[in-house]
Amino acid sequence: MCTDWEEENKSTGGNNQQGAPVTFAGAPDNDGESTATRMSVSNETDPPALYAARKEVFPKAVSGPFRRLKWALMAVMLAIYYVTPWVRWDRGAHLPDQAVLVDLANRRFFFFWIEIWPQEFYYVAGLLIMAGIGLFLFTSVLGRVWCGYACPQTVWVDLYQHVERWIDGDRNNQFRLLKRKWDADKLMRRALKWSIFLLIALATGGAWVFYFADAPTLLSDLISGQAPLVAYSTVAILTATTFVLGGFMREQVCIYMCPWPRIQAAMLDENSLTVTYKDWRGEPRGKHRKSAAAANLGDCIDCNACVAVCPTGVDIRNGQQIGCITCALCIDACDDIMAKIGKPRGLIDYCSLADEKLERAGNTPVPVLKRIIRPRTILYTALWAAIGVAMVVSLFLRDTIDLTVRQSRNPVFVVMSDGSIRNSYEVNIQNRNPEPNPFRLSATVPDGVHLRLTAQDTDPTAVLIPADSARKLRVFLTSAGERLTGRIPVTLWIENLFTRERSPYTTHFQGPDE
Amino acid sequence: MSDPEKDEATGTETTGHEWDGIKELDTPLPRWWLWTFYATIIWGVLYTIAYPAWPMISTATTGVLGYSSRGELAQTIANHEAALTGVNTQLANASFDDIASNPDLNQYAQAGGASVFRTYCSQCHGAGAAGLPGYPNLVDDDWLWGGTRDDIAMTIRHGIRWDDDEDTRFSQMPAFGDDGVLTSEEIEAVASHVRAFSGLSQDNAEGAQIYADNCASCHGESGEGDREQGAPNLADAIWLYGGDQASVVSTITHARHGVMPAWGNRLSDAQIKQLAMYVHGLGGGE
Repeated sequence: MCTDWEEENKSTGGNNQQGAPVTFAGAPDNDGESTATRMSVSNETDPPALYAARKEVFPKAVSGPFRRLKWALMAVMLAIYYVTPWVRWDRGAHLPDQAVLVDLANRRFFFFWIEIWPQEFYYVAGLLIMAGIGLFLFTSVLGRVWCGYACPQTVWVDLYQHVERWIDGDRNNQFRLLKRKWDADKLMRRALKWSIFLLIALATGGAWVFYFADAPTLLSDLISGQAPLVAYSTVAILTATTFVLGGFMREQVCIYMCPWPRIQAAMLDENSLTVTYKDWRGEPRGKHRKSAAAANLGDCIDCNACVAVCPTGVDIRNGQQIGCITCALCIDACDDIMAKIGKPRGLIDYCSLADEKLERAGNTPVPVLKRIIRPRTILYTALWAAIGVAMVVSLFLRDTIDLTVRQSRNPVFVVMSDGSIRNSYEVNIQNRNPEPNPFRLSATVPDGVHLRLTAQDTDPTAVLIPADSARKLRVFLTSAGERLTGRIPVTLWIENLFTRERSPYTTHFQGPDE
Repeated sequence: MSDPEKDEATGTETTGHEWDGIKELDTPLPRWWLWTFYATIIWGVLYTIAYPAWPMISTATTGVLGYSSRGELAQTIANHEAALTGVNTQLANASFDDIASNPDLNQYAQAGGASVFRTYCSQCHGAGAAGLPGYPNLVDDDWLWGGTRDDIAMTIRHGIRWDDDEDTRFSQMPAFGDDGVLTSEEIEAVASHVRAFSGLSQDNAEGAQIYADNCASCHGESGEGDREQGAPNLADAIWLYGGDQASVVSTITHARHGVMPAWGNRLSDAQIKQLAMYVHGLGGGE
């Protein structure tokens, strides 16, 4: 091949317009020997495969303080997720009594005593910013603590792996079962396991829709087949994603699909506490504790307990890696082993890069609290708290009524038969109170100007606005028989006749120019 | 050019073409891709059988499912109208007072009326209903034939000077100049008298006499007009064809016979009710 190319290159070289030899990046030079070497190498060893099949991960059951913490957190978080839509909250006769409700149809968001209208979506934006800064804070203190403890993917995979161990037995049994032929017992176990997976998935996807409608009504509708199609399709989609992502894809979601580990890695610094294998203490690892060579060995007995319990199947002893979600189960596993062989706990432990340097040099690490409280985390906390306080303050200061006025422009003014001038306004009155309230409309005008206020089909001194809703009204200002000219500032007011709350809107009365 | 050969590194044949020493591998398509490709061919064949597809000389194959996008649109419109049948029947049977006192029905009527107005009325009366010279302003409180909701509905239903409708209404002002009833000097005089009603010019005795003889029977002794006959009020501040001397003279000389179509056979009862509610609500309604 190479020789052919050279010959052809030479033969075409004469016809080349530039008269320069044609060369290509990566093409062999006029050095046949090196090319031959390269080709023989590539013939002997296949090029590295670009695809690696997934290795099954069957984490071993583990017990210890971190496992207990994860149990507790899982219980709390699942309880919050499942119970929240069923909590009732009395808001009177005119509003839904569900404590947390995203009412898309009526464009309202209810959260206990707070009610958000669509134009107040900045509260949701504020919550998202707080969630973002909260994640920055937790990440700078504890690394990927979100991944390890709170991420729904982690929580549901954890749940599924418990089910798996319950049905198939622990790690080794699961490996054996995987390799076994499809006999009746395996079929039974698989059917049972996947059915439970599907039930959990259904409960997960099913619970989600209750946040968007009255939960008891929707449940009976779902069961009796009366619920809207969108409810069923949402349940179906979320059931499918839970079943697939939690039951089968598992750690691949974290490693290949999720952008968060990549972003989070950029937010760690040398003071962040991460799950660390203290290789300066553990290495060289070795099993033969009683041999003469054991004197030179570190604390790691290479028992692989940390690998066996890892839900993403990584070896923490290789250092920080994208697959490590810092769930800390390896700490529990290793501490258990250390206790058995009579060594101090913490061969694998939460440790910062800065402390790693200190410990390597034989110094005592800085107290954990000093690692946690530092300018960066103080700044994050201050920002987080400031936004939170600002939102709470503005929540308490916001009005329960609102008035917006749009002056009609087509026509700007109307000449009436008696020569007076009339302007028309589209008035929008919002009543966010939980009862229907009567409102009085009034206008303040400069001294010496007389304008009469009327409303279409309504008495402007008693406009009844239904509970928690807005109403549009056409309102007219008419001069008293005189030909008002030019632009006159006008302030329209609404007053809630029950609460005496008032809200103004500044606009204009426009007459002919001359 | 050379014959296809087997590439040693991959075990795949080349295409046999060679460009400046670069040979292209003839790697087979992935199987999933190939099967997807075959599936799309089968899909395409089935689709052209089921749906309108192949162009013929003057039409196209209709497909065995009988689908057409135009038919789908008609179905969508029919479904929409069927869904509104209840409220439209309610609207058609309700009196105007009932509609006005029912906020939900009124809101529906206003919104629907605005839509009908934009479609059928705004061409003459303007998008904001402020009218144009010759096309009445519907926002003010001056009405040729009455400004109650029933009056407005009546006008919409039967039109004005619309010969095709038996119940349409006429007001026939003579063309005093064109018909030779008055001379141009007399017309100038009576125009001044008419404009004097609203203080636009000096009154004069000659004009007053001509007015009393020729105009007062319809327009009233002091120009207050008569809605029964559709005779405009001449004493107010509103002039349909302009209130300057030349415009008034032109009106008296040639007469104006504005025409509005009857909508009774083009709009449904519900639509006419909506329209009357909407126009009445623009501010001038009585």
